[in-house]
Amino acid sequence: MVQYNFKKITVVPTGKDFIDIILSRTQRQTPTQVHKGYSVSRLRQFYMRKVKFTQQNFHEKLSTIIDEFPRLDDIHPFYGDLLHVLYNKDHYKLALGQINTARNLIGKIQKDYVKLLKYGHSLYRCKSLKVAALGRMCTVLKRITPSLAYLEQIRQHMARLPSIDPNTRTILICGYPNVGKSSFINKITRADVDVQPYAFTTKSLFVGHTDYEFQRYQVIDTPGILDRPFEDRNIIEMCSITALAHLRAAVLFFLDISGSCGYSIAQQAALFHSIKSLFMNKPLIIVCNKTDLQPLEGISEDDRKLVMEMKAEAMKTVIGQGGEPTDNNSVLLTMSTLTDDGVIAVKKAACKSIKDQRVEIKMKSKKLNDYLNRFHVAIPKPRDQLERLPCIPQAVLEAKAREASDKEKRKLEKEIENENGGAGVYSASLKKHYILANDEWKDDNIPEILDGHNVYDFIDPDILARLEELEQEGGVLQGLEEDDDFEMDGAELSPEEQAALAEIRKKKSLLIQQHRIKKSTAESRPTVPRKFDKDGKFTSDRMGRQLTSLGLDPRKAINRVGSKSRGRKRERSSDVDFMEVDGDQPNKKLRLRSLSRPRSRSQSRPPGVLVPGEGLKDAAQKKKAIVMAKSSTKKRNKDARKGEADRVIPALKPKHLFSGKRSNGKTQRR
Amino acid sequence: MRLEKCWFCSSTVYPGHGIQYVRNDAKVFRFCRSKCHKNFKMKRNPRKVKWTKAYRRLNGKDMTQDATFEFERKRNRPERYDRSVTENTLKAIKKIDKVRVDREARHHAQRMKGKKAQVLREATKELEQSIHMVKAPAALQEDSSLTLPKIKVKVSQPTEDNHMLE
Repeated sequence: MVQYNFKKITVVPTGKDFIDIILSRTQRQTPTQVHKGYSVSRLRQFYMRKVKFTQQNFHEKLSTIIDEFPRLDDIHPFYGDLLHVLYNKDHYKLALGQINTARNLIGKIQKDYVKLLKYGHSLYRCKSLKVAALGRMCTVLKRITPSLAYLEQIRQHMARLPSIDPNTRTILICGYPNVGKSSFINKITRADVDVQPYAFTTKSLFVGHTDYEFQRYQVIDTPGILDRPFEDRNIIEMCSITALAHLRAAVLFFLDISGSCGYSIAQQAALFHSIKSLFMNKPLIIVCNKTDLQPLEGISEDDRKLVMEMKAEAMKTVIGQGGEPTDNNSVLLTMSTLTDDGVIAVKKAACKSIKDQRVEIKMKSKKLNDYLNRFHVAIPKPRDQLERLPCIPQAVLEAKAREASDKEKRKLEKEIENENGGAGVYSASLKKHYILANDEWKDDNIPEILDGHNVYDFIDPDILARLEELEQEGGVLQGLEEDDDFEMDGAELSPEEQAALAEIRKKKSLLIQQHRIKKSTAESRPTVPRKFDKDGKFTSDRMGRQLTSLGLDPRKAINRVGSKSRGRKRERSSDVDFMEVDGDQPNKKLRLRSLSRPRSRSQSRPPGVLVPGEGLKDAAQKKKAIVMAKSSTKKRNKDARKGEADRVIPALKPKHLFSGKRSNGKTQRR
Repeated sequence: MRLEKCWFCSSTVYPGHGIQYVRNDAKVFRFCRSKCHKNFKMKRNPRKVKWTKAYRRLNGKDMTQDATFEFERKRNRPERYDRSVTENTLKAIKKIDKVRVDREARHHAQRMKGKKAQVLREATKELEQSIHMVKAPAALQEDSSLTLPKIKVKVSQPTEDNHMLE
């Protein structure tokens, strides 16, 4: 069974796009480089390949278009007619024909130019031949651009057609506009057709599916039909007529009893009679809709007569088929889509009628025997005459009887909800049907969490008993504990001891702190001998204070420190004068030498301390002199010069730093 | 609504707090705050992290086995509601809590027993060993009590007057 899937047709590109696609493909997928030094056969081959490749692509793409679009003669006449109605068969065929001619033309061009290329003798000649070939092919394509555009539009429309299977069980709904056909289909299927008060809301066929007795039925909604001569009908009406004509389906003719569609019963009856030829061989059911506005009994005599006439016609179709006297009610039915009154009955009648018809046809066909052969109902042979009735337990029978009576009495939750204000207002109590030991407990509000515990984890029917055990245990343990408590009262440190301990701990922490500072600054601090003591930590006064704090008498220690100072007395110089008078010759040189040499280096001093005889005014001046000396050597040190007289010029621009690539990394800066 | 336990520190996670992490093997890890979550992501073992309950239990700092812990048990089968049972349970929870707290206090006291004596011993030893830092051994020989030597400070008269004026 072919599925009429018009959705799988490939997109038809516009003329310009088509050309672009093919040409760019040629450029990408054939070799691109050629030089005039190549041998002539190679040049020819190069260009011939391009021409052939282009033609092949055109051929391929145009063939897919031609093949994928359906041939109107080969498909089911329903679709053929539908497509004709929508798109005009001739125009369609013409478009496809043009594509075909284009394809053939391109093939011819390719053949001709390949023949010419075989005798091309220079690069230039071959190239211009190729250019001409491709150009002509593209012109051919440009000429069919309008056909391509038309086919693309058709494709898009066809993809949106409803997928109607012409061979399966179908129900067709027809009638005047606004009688309620779309509302009906919305009711019985999941289709969501637009329902609006203006006529011709439905402009094309719509399909819905519904089930009856475990089989699926297609329900087709058609646009409304007006009573006009056949030639005057527009495309929309022609869709419905096509469907009516070609599909073997049960037809539901909708009649608006109330006349609220804008057309009287007489007009509708006239329509009926004009299209009754289309109802040949189809089970027909006349449905009177909108009975909520106007019941069937209440219409006027004339209208009733018309309706009866229609019914008679319908009966004729039924009787014509099976010859069985069906009941009257299956041909003329009333319903209202607004109140859902009779809708299911109509659906059942329609499904039944089409099913019966199909079954009858199958029964009459030759294939019947094949079907019958597939069934075999095995009936066991009775071995004796005993009657064996089915055994149904009494309880089940009683329950069934009770159920039959209960069904009317039981109130649904939904009804209760509606009574009390609807969905947003009333919320059903979920605890209503709880089965508890005592019904008063149903509305209890139970805390789930207490004091950081989940109450639920503690629930236990014998929790009280366990709690008692626990408390007894607790009592016992406490008794034991009280004996051990008496060791706590004991010795303590006296206040003096406490003070001493505090003092010790303070000293220790100070030491630790100092050590930590020393450790952290060790690297940046110069290691100076103790005598260069700028914080004044190593003075004899301080030593005295520390000794007294320890409880010792410092006087002796300080005295000892004082007596060991090494300064020489100044009287020596006067002694020398005395000795010169005596005339001691051998010592003169030594004496002179010791006089002239300055004594600044005979004793270690801190750097800023002024020594008399050095030629500076005071300690501040000496310090300034030291600073000036240091700052003058700084610049020289930076130039790596040993002193003022160092005029060596080193390698100012070493080559390895100013040139060369790096083996890894960038050379953005040097 | 359930109170959960933090996987890392074992404290309760109240609703609206913390993060839950579900691993590919469907094991759920709940954390009470980002501290625990970040520690978990660093792959730290809670049994080695000092401030968690897991460590404390493992190293005997907190009570491990006790009858009061048996009362709180996660049940997977729902029980039919019974008002009397629930009432009793609610009252019992409070009593159980009290008992548990008492027992924990006792455990702690037991642990801290002998602390005073030890502190005293350490203090006397330190005094004995380091007394030389505040009182010279020579001074100690003269005066064997542990009073600290006093430092004499000279006070001059004029400054006293100045203070009085101010």
